[in-house]
Amino acid sequence: MSGTAPVAPAPPRTALGRLGWAVADGWTITRRDLSHWARRPAPVVVGLLFPVMTVLMFAYLLGGGITVPGGGDYREFLVPGMFAMTMVFGVETTFAAVAGDAAKGVTDRFRSLPMAASAVVTGRSAADMLASVLGLAVMVACGLAIGWRWHNGPAAALAAVGLLLLLRFALLWVGIYLGLVARGPEAVAAVQILVWPLGFVSNTFASPAAMPGWLGVIAEANPLSATVAAVRELFGNPGWDGASWAAQHAMTLAVVWPLALVAVFLPLAVRRHRDLGR
Amino acid sequence: MGGTGHAVLAEGLRKRFGATEALAGFDLAVPEGTVCGLLGPNGAGKTTAVRVLTTLLRPDGGRAEVAGFDVVRQAARARHRIGLVGQHAALDEVLSGRQNLEMFGRLYHLGAAGARSRAGELLERFGLTGAAGRPVRLYSGGMRRRLDLAAGLILSPPVLFLDEPTTGLDPRGRTDVWEAVGSLVSGGTTVLLTTQYLEEADRLAGRICVVDAGRVIAEGSPSELKASIGADRVTVVVRREADLPAAAAIVARVAARGASPVAVDRDTRRISAPVTDPVAALTEVARALRDAGVQAEDIALRRPTLDEVFLRLTGREQAPGREPGGRDAARGAVA
Repeated sequence: MSGTAPVAPAPPRTALGRLGWAVADGWTITRRDLSHWARRPAPVVVGLLFPVMTVLMFAYLLGGGITVPGGGDYREFLVPGMFAMTMVFGVETTFAAVAGDAAKGVTDRFRSLPMAASAVVTGRSAADMLASVLGLAVMVACGLAIGWRWHNGPAAALAAVGLLLLLRFALLWVGIYLGLVARGPEAVAAVQILVWPLGFVSNTFASPAAMPGWLGVIAEANPLSATVAAVRELFGNPGWDGASWAAQHAMTLAVVWPLALVAVFLPLAVRRHRDLGR
Repeated sequence: MGGTGHAVLAEGLRKRFGATEALAGFDLAVPEGTVCGLLGPNGAGKTTAVRVLTTLLRPDGGRAEVAGFDVVRQAARARHRIGLVGQHAALDEVLSGRQNLEMFGRLYHLGAAGARSRAGELLERFGLTGAAGRPVRLYSGGMRRRLDLAAGLILSPPVLFLDEPTTGLDPRGRTDVWEAVGSLVSGGTTVLLTTQYLEEADRLAGRICVVDAGRVIAEGSPSELKASIGADRVTVVVRREADLPAAAAIVARVAARGASPVAVDRDTRRISAPVTDPVAALTEVARALRDAGVQAEDIALRRPTLDEVFLRLTGREQAPGREPGGRDAARGAVA
């Protein structure tokens, strides 16, 4: 029984062959996460239902007490913000997965294998983006169920979805970087807590103009605010009409902010991954 | 390269973390098909050495080859020839044992079918077929470690690194791992294992390298190392402290033929000395003590244990700067 050692193929010599390995290995890592969903659906279901619950809470418990600018429907106002919040909360998933693998030595085992080094990260990104698409689909269904609609046609609605996923993609790299830097379970708790101010100090639930001066400035500069404002505009939902530069250029910022985050955190994450060997 | 007959070769490895010098000129040569135990206290540099040799960590200085490939310049090729089983079972807790092995098999590019059949073989070999479908988080410590070992053996690598393979296991789990390692070695795998347990090194390793402060300070077979701190010792514990000088004189006279010093420990009222003819020495000491009217609580003959070798080499019993004898003897044996 011991004499049946398989022979592993040698690393490919061509660029195309290497790309093939990178894709195959990335898919293996993505499949690992998909298997997690199948084997342990509870956390996935909770993760999908939590934002739904939040929407219902805001819509039915608090909604009556909030007036929407321009007198629009509160739910129309709320739902696009919750879409963006769902994208922000995704950073926790990425972070916890990366930090967990590093702590358990799984990252080291991957690094000791003759696999494509990029696959750990690309596989993770693909799995997390798939999870986000699923999460967004559930939220859209939930929004439609409570009366939210898009008003500017399917093209604009798809553009809005694109902006939301772009924000998620940017935060993915933040999550990967933080996960590689983090040490121990305290860091996990810290990130889970810090996600909240990032989500709430924004235009998602309240107008930055109504906040204390300095907080309003931060809320307007928050990348999340840009995405929320742009998405409301694209869906044709009511929003705060701020006079600030950031509010006037929300559409541009909703593209520039995520790209800037990627430009900073992707190289940081790659460098950090490489420096694991230093 | 290659042809040296060494599966693992390290020359003057250096690695510094901030103010700590984890490796300070680490030399090692492990012949193919042998088991070498790196023995040393926590923080001696064992794990750092393994991480460098498994391409996970880039050394600051020196060089190393595994299976004939430089671990820095030819890291990708070296990775095809090594298996690593680290201190923590590096497994996916949510996936089943079988899914773990299949995933790692695919990452070795065995293909879906190849990974599946290899996973089945390894599960059977490590007695995990019954638990194959269960998630790893429900496995016992010994089962996890066996699965971890199986994952390190997917390619039947010619060189296997085991970093403290039985740390935290109960005796049953430890025996399981030892048996698994034993069967590998009989199949010709070269094994480099680190351990803090002398029993483990004694049981598994044909050669032991004692590591301290980032260097190998002694190496040899377990029996060579034991021999390096002397022969069997006769020990006497006297009942009254006042009898210590008289008893020490008797032991010294009997042991004089071995021309070795007598150790006297006043606190435990214990005297010991190495002897060349143990049985004769024991009877002679017993008779002489009775004749002198010295009451002994205990008279015994003791073989030096690896623990003593270890303490002697790593605990600063040696004068600083003096090289213990084991190393030179072993050098000759290797070359």
